[in-house]
Amino acid sequence: MTHEILLAGFGGQGILFSGKFLAYDGLLEDKEVSWLPSYGPEMRGGTCNCSIILSDTKIGSPIVSNPNVLVAMNLPSLDKFEASAVPGAKIFVDSSLIDRKVERDDVEVYYIPATKLASDENLPGLANMIMIGHVIAKAGVMPYENVETTMKKLVPAKKQNLIELNIKAVELGYNY
Amino acid sequence: MAEKVLMKGNEALAEAAIMAGCRHYFGYPITPQTEIAAYMAKRMPVIGGTFLQAESEIAAINMIYGAAAAGKRAMTSSSSPGIALKSEGISYLAGSDLPALIINVQRGGPGLGGIQPSQSDYFQSTKSAGHGDFKLIVLAPASVQEMVDLTFKGFDLADKYRMPAMLLSDGTMGQMMEPVSLEMGEVKEYDKSSWAACGTKCERKHNVVNSLFIQPEELERYNFERYERYAQIEANEVMYDEYKMEDAEICIVAYGVAARVSQNAIDKAREAGIKVGMIRPITLWPFPKAVLNAAADKVKAFISVELSMGQMIEDVELAIRCKKPVLLCNRVGGMIPTTEDVLNSINKANSVGGDK
Amino acid sequence: MIVFEKPKALADVPLHYCPGCTHGIIHRLVAEVIDELGIEGKTVGVAPVGCSVFAYNYFNCDMIEAAHGRAPAVATGVKRSLPDNIVFTYQGDGDLAAIGTAETVHSAARGENITIIFVNNAIYGMTGGQMAPTTLPGQITQTSPYGRNPEQVGLPVKVCELLSNVDGATYLERVAVNNVKNVKNAKKAIKKAFQNQLEGKGFSLVEVLSTCPTNWGLKPDKALEWLEENMIPYYPLGVYKDKTAEKEGE
Repeated sequence: MTHEILLAGFGGQGILFSGKFLAYDGLLEDKEVSWLPSYGPEMRGGTCNCSIILSDTKIGSPIVSNPNVLVAMNLPSLDKFEASAVPGAKIFVDSSLIDRKVERDDVEVYYIPATKLASDENLPGLANMIMIGHVIAKAGVMPYENVETTMKKLVPAKKQNLIELNIKAVELGYNY
Repeated sequence: MAEKVLMKGNEALAEAAIMAGCRHYFGYPITPQTEIAAYMAKRMPVIGGTFLQAESEIAAINMIYGAAAAGKRAMTSSSSPGIALKSEGISYLAGSDLPALIINVQRGGPGLGGIQPSQSDYFQSTKSAGHGDFKLIVLAPASVQEMVDLTFKGFDLADKYRMPAMLLSDGTMGQMMEPVSLEMGEVKEYDKSSWAACGTKCERKHNVVNSLFIQPEELERYNFERYERYAQIEANEVMYDEYKMEDAEICIVAYGVAARVSQNAIDKAREAGIKVGMIRPITLWPFPKAVLNAAADKVKAFISVELSMGQMIEDVELAIRCKKPVLLCNRVGGMIPTTEDVLNSINKANSVGGDK
Repeated sequence: MIVFEKPKALADVPLHYCPGCTHGIIHRLVAEVIDELGIEGKTVGVAPVGCSVFAYNYFNCDMIEAAHGRAPAVATGVKRSLPDNIVFTYQGDGDLAAIGTAETVHSAARGENITIIFVNNAIYGMTGGQMAPTTLPGQITQTSPYGRNPEQVGLPVKVCELLSNVDGATYLERVAVNNVKNVKNAKKAIKKAFQNQLEGKGFSLVEVLSTCPTNWGLKPDKALEWLEENMIPYYPLGVYKDKTAEKEGE
């Protein structure tokens, strides 16, 4: 079983962090894992994306050019990557920031107003983890019961508050 | 088995250098390798080592020259344009028979080029990393684990043969995270007392670290001696990996990220019944000539997959004595060949190389 | 009774310098200082590219030959690796003030605890007498055959004055070796520059005005006069910076 996941949005939306969360879970589950960020000027506020591969077998290219899970957190990302997803892929759209629908009919699409939910639920900057929660629910990229352990592995214990908020965000997306 | 951690290639490499006993790092910021400098800046003061951000790449390589001359394990890292600036110092390291590890996390060129991954410094590192007759041991990692293992190996080979070694990586290997084990075994110590400039203690004749030999006979002798050492390295230190070569009729040659993409393409091509495999050089110098030459008697064609306008392909053609056609599958400028790009080349090789 | 002998730190080999060149005096002063401070066994010298390129054969301490201009960077690498050793560079004007300007300024800015002996003879000697960054206005060289024209090539670089504005530098003094009194002063300055390092006080540079009879086209005695009459007025002798004195005076 191989998940080829592409997360895309603006710099500052926590795209790389949410990708790391999935990668850490893969590590804990002793899977083959790769995490590859776009790098360069993107760090300074442009578009940003991250390839994550979770697999039971040795990973070839770490570059996800044809994702089976695509998370789009802004319109330019959906415009850029919609066509690249494999047929049957699951596409997750932050509908509070993207006002168009996915045009393809050979993919499964999940719309979730993650950014709005984050602001309504007082989870500032955690739309990314709400999206991830929804991805866990609908695409099964990792077991839900691992969320807490993985989060604790990823976020240092001294940032306890962040651990709780992140878990809450994942929960919210999972149950949406 | 040691516990695995998830680390970025650049950071894993830096930690591996420290574990290999490197306590002296001199560098200058340039994308996409700056994480190495940042990591060293954080770690070195804590473990009593030296991190110094030099005023230029040129100064940095010469600081390495000083530290290496003093008998210490020293390392610098940079990316393509920065390596060009270091080439003077690299030649001096080679000419003075000094061990050191130089990291090139390659980006696109020429000129200022771009910051995305590239393999366009193959010629620079394997043929001409500076003026004069000399070689670098060139190691090409294709995973974060190899960033670690080959850093460790690079220091050892440099000390063993008293020469600079280079880790030729690219932006992908530097930036990506993969699970990695940092267990590397014992660091082998080498006796440097016969040549290191570390103070005579008035107990011996002074050591001179030097690459200047005004008498041509003398300079020629040093060059001949150095190339005898290089011949030993070619005989003993070649490293490569084979993937599905047992029954292969087409052989891909690729290193670094190009090999990773090629692996996907090979799996797909085999689903379609095309027998293709890969020989992945891990040492670019010494180049795995013998295994390629042997493969040339079995396969009908080769494909050199690289992120350059066709640099390694020349070594492939030489290694196989042009016995079989060699196709080039390449993207440049920071672009990476896709699985489809490689598949297209495999299909082409499958039809043109039909004379076997 | 021995009335005169070679310093121990100076190797017993013939020097290659031209007759009348004052490099020999400066070598001797450095070696005497190394002897007097008893540091030969822990000193590492860095030789430049230029006339003093073979300095690595002339000192009995461990020596490293650097690329052109890079001696301060090489010395930095050595000193950071061997903080308890004494590290000096011996560089000419082309090496230190042209191609190696960045290394000079930044090793000073970092306050590297090293000693630099800077030999200024206002010309490139090894390559046969071309214009140096320190060649005087109007001075004729192979590459300024009509005399250095400041309108075309600018004015000389005054290294001590330049570095005196670099906060990281500890001690800067300009001396000359054209007469007995000046040679004695030069030795005092060189000794202080090594002592500073022994005491961990930081970056010390001694600029030594030196002659080049061959490329100046003068007999050795006339070269000494030329130095006195032309170089010293342009490059005044003296201490340009001494943080150790400031500290003592506080």
